[in-house]
Amino acid sequence: MSIRVRYFASLRERMGRVEETLAPEGLETVSDVWKAVSEGRPMPEQILCAVNMDYATPTSPVADGDEVAFFPPVTGG
Amino acid sequence: MACELRSGPFDPFAELSRFQEALGDRRRSAGALAVFVGTMRDFNEGDPVAGMALEHYPGMTERQLAAILDAARARWECIDALIIHRVGELLPGDPIVLVGVWSMHRAAAFDACRYLMEELKNRAPFWKKESIEGGERWVSGNTPGY
Repeated sequence: MSIRVRYFASLRERMGRVEETLAPEGLETVSDVWKAVSEGRPMPEQILCAVNMDYATPTSPVADGDEVAFFPPVTGG
Repeated sequence: MACELRSGPFDPFAELSRFQEALGDRRRSAGALAVFVGTMRDFNEGDPVAGMALEHYPGMTERQLAAILDAARARWECIDALIIHRVGELLPGDPIVLVGVWSMHRAAAFDACRYLMEELKNRAPFWKKESIEGGERWVSGNTPGY
């Protein structure tokens, strides 16, 4: 199993990838996932996150099989 | 309650008629319909805008819109409500979003329509990228709604 990580909009472009999968070992929170994909950098304040398509926070727990998404502030409507 | 994403242009007035027809007998108790239509401008932050791409998060967008509709239904006595939102490539003048709320009296229709629109702007995962002279740029945030 694994954790699927997805990026959207300007963050997707900045990361240079649409998504990736991570082994779940050692990943307990959204913040852990962010650090794993960004060489240990802290999560920028303006970046939003979701776990399984519900809004989450950096301290939200993640588990094997989850989909975690990171994206900039939304601009629909 | 319905929310729909469209990848091509839509006519908000035809959509309202279609949805209202489908209300059937429930339409008889609807004394009010409040509507918001958001349209793409050809100008933003001082620059002419030639076109726009609307990105979304398939699955989460629908989930958030459904949650917003549920919250409105819990708070106001709505007979029904409709949200339609564009994704993909848009041109100036194209409708981006339609929100319609049918209710018995005007207060619920006005208030729920405003609420749905503001919640959509704040929570629904859509992102706008504008085509301007010399390239493209992401829209960085929303103008205040209140």
